[in-house]
Amino acid sequence: MTLSEGGSVVSLLAVRSLTKLFGDFAACNGIDLDIAPGEIHALLGENGAGKSTLVKMLFGVLQPSAGQILWNGAPVTVGSPGEARTLGVGMVFQHFSLFEALTVAENIALSLDPKISLARISEEAAALSKAYGLPLDPKAHVADLSVGERQRIEIVRALLQNPKLIILDEPTSVLTPQEADRLFETLFKLKAEGRSVLYISHRLEEVRRICDRATVLRHGKVTGACDPKQETPASLARMMVGSDVAEVHRDQGAKLGDVQVEVSNLSVPSRTPFAMSLKDISLKVRAGEVLAIAGVAGNGQGELFDALSGEYPVAEDGAIRIRGKAVGKTGINGRRLLGAGFVPEERHGHAAVSAMPLSDNLLLARSRSDRKAFLSAGFASVIRRDAIASATKRICEVMDVRKSGEDPLAGSLSGGNLQKFIVGRELDRQPSVLVVNQPTWGVDAGAASRIRQALIDLAKAGSAVIVISQDLDEIFEVATNIAVISEGRLSEPHPAGTLTLERIGLLMGGIHESHSISQTAASASEVSHAH
Amino acid sequence: MRIELQRRPKVSKLFSVLSPLMALVLTLIAGVIMFGLMGIDPIKAMDVYFVEPLTDIWSLHELAVKAAPLILIGVGLSICYRSNNWNIGAEGQFTIGAITGSILPVLYPNWHSWAILPLMMVMGAVGGALYAAIPALLKARFNTNEILTSLMLVYIAGLFLDWLVRGPWRDPKGYNFPVTTSFQPEAVLPEIISSGRAHWGFVFAIVAAVALWFMMRFMLKGFEVSVLGQSERAGRFAGFSGRRMIWFAMLLSGALAGLAGISEVSGSIGHLQPSISPGYGFTAIIVAFLGRLNPLGIIASGLVLALTYLGGEAAQLSIGISDKVSRVFQGLLLFFVLSCDTLIHYRIRLIFSGRPTTEGKS
Repeated sequence: MTLSEGGSVVSLLAVRSLTKLFGDFAACNGIDLDIAPGEIHALLGENGAGKSTLVKMLFGVLQPSAGQILWNGAPVTVGSPGEARTLGVGMVFQHFSLFEALTVAENIALSLDPKISLARISEEAAALSKAYGLPLDPKAHVADLSVGERQRIEIVRALLQNPKLIILDEPTSVLTPQEADRLFETLFKLKAEGRSVLYISHRLEEVRRICDRATVLRHGKVTGACDPKQETPASLARMMVGSDVAEVHRDQGAKLGDVQVEVSNLSVPSRTPFAMSLKDISLKVRAGEVLAIAGVAGNGQGELFDALSGEYPVAEDGAIRIRGKAVGKTGINGRRLLGAGFVPEERHGHAAVSAMPLSDNLLLARSRSDRKAFLSAGFASVIRRDAIASATKRICEVMDVRKSGEDPLAGSLSGGNLQKFIVGRELDRQPSVLVVNQPTWGVDAGAASRIRQALIDLAKAGSAVIVISQDLDEIFEVATNIAVISEGRLSEPHPAGTLTLERIGLLMGGIHESHSISQTAASASEVSHAH
Repeated sequence: MRIELQRRPKVSKLFSVLSPLMALVLTLIAGVIMFGLMGIDPIKAMDVYFVEPLTDIWSLHELAVKAAPLILIGVGLSICYRSNNWNIGAEGQFTIGAITGSILPVLYPNWHSWAILPLMMVMGAVGGALYAAIPALLKARFNTNEILTSLMLVYIAGLFLDWLVRGPWRDPKGYNFPVTTSFQPEAVLPEIISSGRAHWGFVFAIVAAVALWFMMRFMLKGFEVSVLGQSERAGRFAGFSGRRMIWFAMLLSGALAGLAGISEVSGSIGHLQPSISPGYGFTAIIVAFLGRLNPLGIIASGLVLALTYLGGEAAQLSIGISDKVSRVFQGLLLFFVLSCDTLIHYRIRLIFSGRPTTEGKS
């Protein structure tokens, strides 16, 4: 099946030095890509590697800053999704665009010519779904359907336009293994008909199983083009994660103290169809330790944070212990009173209220833990503005928060400065436990290093720190130990010094500890046999 | 062509303050145009409507009588709306408060004691709160839309009152009129000063407004209301419970509406009858927004809206136009308040040609 590089077959879709700039930032930087007729082509890469940007340009959602798109050898401009569909490109997005209150047929009709009758659409959709093994009832209401069934609607909707190329963005990230198997069968049928599939994923095993060729992106550039069946998961992971990252280690001299946070066999069912459930998570963090939890977005990081912070207490009281005390059923303020601090991922509307000034946002996190300092005694709980104002000032000075005015609205600060304030708000309490989710997501480099340094310093001073992050550079910079979260499961922690990027990449791709990975390529290929 | 609202990068502070005044002026202008179209001398009509009621002591008392329930309900609603709970059923809570507050004077007309009045007020507030507890329970437990449930309960309350005064609570000596017996003197809310009808309900309203202003401005509870109203997730992070806030806001606004109901019946009507409110519970929604959801602002806006009721009555008498005109004024006022607020936050853009359409040439 493999086509030799530069083979005689004219590519269905070819991309030549395609570039997309957002300001100075190149989300895609000179990308070349060839998709032959009748192949399943994988697009691999970490979050932020530029996969989505590339695909949006192919589907006409974004316009390229430079470069060319060739369709059957002829240059084309894809001005809108409508033009992409006319060309013969269909797309199934990661996040579905369906109206829950409408039926399957009505949802499909919305993307088609309004002149076609609903009855005809139902008929065609039913026929298509049967032909491709995508069982679907056109009369069912979307609200009643599972995530897998919703994805089928999107696929049928794309197929109704009779596309030559179908783009699937992380299709299995929302599917159970069984649903994923069915999807693969459908993809093989499409391939047998001579249609091409562009398959976006970060799951190495899947890509090796179903894809004919793979293009790997990293930091907006192509870092490899290969036949995934000829590669090992390890070599794919290396291409994906890159080997040019400096392997920074923390000085290991620091002595670790008592266990401050202990999670044992924590399982949490998912709250919504799109959320991840947590499965049997155990971890221990000692005083002086930074435990970094790596993983690709959407693998349960947010859910783990919610459980650790107590925003959503868990059923089993003993599953989470902070400083020896069972707190599973205790809310966030009860855990704060034990000396814990929390920094959520989302700054606006979670860690801070954008339309409130910084001083109010200080009170937001500390109204209970600093009750004595910030509120008057007694029933009325009158807010002591002067005490809060001086604490706000202190935090801004320590963390070098650049702001306009004395007490500006949180929403008026840049992402980096607001994040420094949010982290500083917790550090100011000198917490003995700090849990941080994505500490430097969308933060400029200067603020990021300031925040990372603060986390290291906090651990050095004897606190236990948990950092949940997708940024591997960051993880190697701050971590004492590293564990990886994938599909709601947490791997064993490893001392940061013993881990390589390659192994982390393997763990992130969903290959679990039980398969006993070692670092050599030879045993990595054994892993692939195990599957 | 289509019209788009684009968020303004910066909101003008000056216009945020001026917006209610601009809405008032626009309402008056629209009123002048309306009267002109009806063939009535606009100057005279506006004079009858908005000036005359303010010129003698008697009508100033009437103003306080009408403003009392509007302010009392409005401040309760403002807390509700600030916390992102949309109680639209204050009219029903007002009615039920009037009924539960009237239990003692209706069933024990011969009980003469000073204790009856405080008990009536408490029972009215409790009744209103319990009635608001229904949509609160439905929202907190089943995530039901409180706008719909609270609104529908208004009609149930109204029909229940109608049935009571035509059936079990009808005055046997009332010549078959659908009214209860008149309350004994001890059960009537007294006037504040002897020069007119204004009763203690107005004092309740001012006290409630000032107390809630203090809470919103200085107390942790007020902070909790604002945080949960703006972002439930941030509220959860702060350790505040969105569910408990539903209960707090709904019960508080229900209790104040219930207190307004029994104050109105006890202080101004003196018995129960099928209709006890010219729509105070709905007009209070306008009052709350015109006062920018600020309890002190609501005192002012409550007086303004009370004036539209009073002017409506005066205009009916002296120039013979329907009192429905006061409803028109109230509607115009709400419309202009909301549009001024929208235009402060957004600018309107007309877009004449869309992006390339999605229809292909195939």
